[in-house]
Amino acid sequence: MSARRWVLAGLLLALAAVPPLAAWLNEPFYLDLLRRVMIFAIAAVSLNLILGYGGMVSFGHAAYLGIGAYAVGVLGYYGIDSGWLQWAVAIGASALVALAIGAISLRTSGIYFIMITLAFTQMLYYLGISIEEYGGDDGMRLKLRSQFAGLIDLDHPAAFYYLVLAILAASLLLVDRLVNSRFGLALQAARSNEARSRAIGFSPYPYRLAAFVIAGAMCGLAGALLVNHTAYLTPDFMNWTRSGELMFMVILGGVATSAGPLLGAAAFLLLEDFLSGTTLLPKAWLADHWQLYLGAILVLVVLFARRGLAGLIPGRHE
Amino acid sequence: MNSPLLEVLGLHKSFGALVATDAVDFDVREGETHAVIGPNGAGKTTFIKQLAGELRPDAGRIRFAGEDITALPAPQRSHRGLARSFQITSIYPDFSALENVALAVQAHSGHSFRFWGRARADASLTGPALGFLKEVNLQDRAGTVAANLSHGEQRQLEIAMALATRPRLLLLDEPVAGMGAEESQRMVELLRTLKGEKTMVLVEHDMDAVFTLADRISVLVYGRIVATGAPAEIRANAEVQRAYLGEEA
Repeated sequence: MSARRWVLAGLLLALAAVPPLAAWLNEPFYLDLLRRVMIFAIAAVSLNLILGYGGMVSFGHAAYLGIGAYAVGVLGYYGIDSGWLQWAVAIGASALVALAIGAISLRTSGIYFIMITLAFTQMLYYLGISIEEYGGDDGMRLKLRSQFAGLIDLDHPAAFYYLVLAILAASLLLVDRLVNSRFGLALQAARSNEARSRAIGFSPYPYRLAAFVIAGAMCGLAGALLVNHTAYLTPDFMNWTRSGELMFMVILGGVATSAGPLLGAAAFLLLEDFLSGTTLLPKAWLADHWQLYLGAILVLVVLFARRGLAGLIPGRHE
Repeated sequence: MNSPLLEVLGLHKSFGALVATDAVDFDVREGETHAVIGPNGAGKTTFIKQLAGELRPDAGRIRFAGEDITALPAPQRSHRGLARSFQITSIYPDFSALENVALAVQAHSGHSFRFWGRARADASLTGPALGFLKEVNLQDRAGTVAANLSHGEQRQLEIAMALATRPRLLLLDEPVAGMGAEESQRMVELLRTLKGEKTMVLVEHDMDAVFTLADRISVLVYGRIVATGAPAEIRANAEVQRAYLGEEA
């Protein structure tokens, strides 16, 4: 096992130890913070599949967080509380939208791909704002968390936490298998040298589209988790800044690395929490400027750690 | 069957006012090595790109093994048996040499919508890939990341990747370009072992390589083929000497 896999396994084990520790320290806040970290890590894992391994710089990945969240919120609004159904719809709807967006966007490349994925997500964002029934701009409260018929109770913080952890571990495993399969190699080959791929007989488009749909579906599930986590639904889940944050996490953690998305999500959200709440520095320096410091950190990482935080762990790149 | 393996009729391609391929007729017989030579800017690479399916001609037809492939994109041509090497080395720099070749094997082993098994441990891919690496004498470098191979080795790797697609026709775009004397000697040796066994179109600047390998030579000048013939005929052709050999040699 490579050093990075050990780090990843260690991180997952450490995350598993958080609920008893938080209970012992009587700090339930940490449970909440790390659950949020893991939910965003799942979204980042999915983005890393297309951005990192696939070389598709999607600037609209928050769309699927939003679709997943709206699937749960809207069904709940009409009194359909079954988590099985809500989450299946979240995954299915995200996959379908990813299929439509991907089918069109993947006919472009480079800067055009970035802009078109952004444009589609903005369309969904404004759609969310315009539907007054679901709270429009303000969003709406989730009346009830997704119900799993007594199997697991999302209102129980630790149970919800472990469910998120299990889904994160499953996502990591899934992407690890995917990127090392024939499918994953065809995908990475097209990123590495598209002309060469075409010349040896690969048509990159169907593989890219499939990856785009898988990533969308995974991120849709993260959206379903996120809305249960916040118990609140807002179009802001789909804001373009949210797409940017997901990219930030992937790049900060290390593109096309297994541990990168989790490291990036953790570093981003923990730094955000620390910088926006710290009393170590005068308030005026930080109050609304913490993003400035985050930005500076990203610049440093891009300049000096080409493969992000995961790149700092020794071993051959994956 | 007497018809040529590859047949090009009235091929035409222009970029704005520049005519890069001008009414080109060209054919390659099964088993032969047909070289295309010409001064810089003669349109050799544009020509080979149209053969490989990377550029669509404005007019003309390309027939391969009895089938009109003019409208087929590159990947489908690869599956019909066309393989190419690029003028500027084109490999997967971040994959190992073995993985590079295994990918070419994979591209011709059915679809790649296989999501779970570990492809790098798949002997049905790595086994043949190692065989093709041996064919170009790169087996000792199998585990080396392709970016770390020497220029000459990278070109050998390209040949191995082309062979791994089990082609009926190899399109070689300046295979010895940018090589030192020793490297280029090794490449010519390699191509000589393939000669006869594989049908080849060889676009090349290096006259030694061309006259060593070619059964027939076509001379391309300003997008037109001005002469086609056996090496001895081309050497003796006054127009060719004026247009090409004279100014280079």
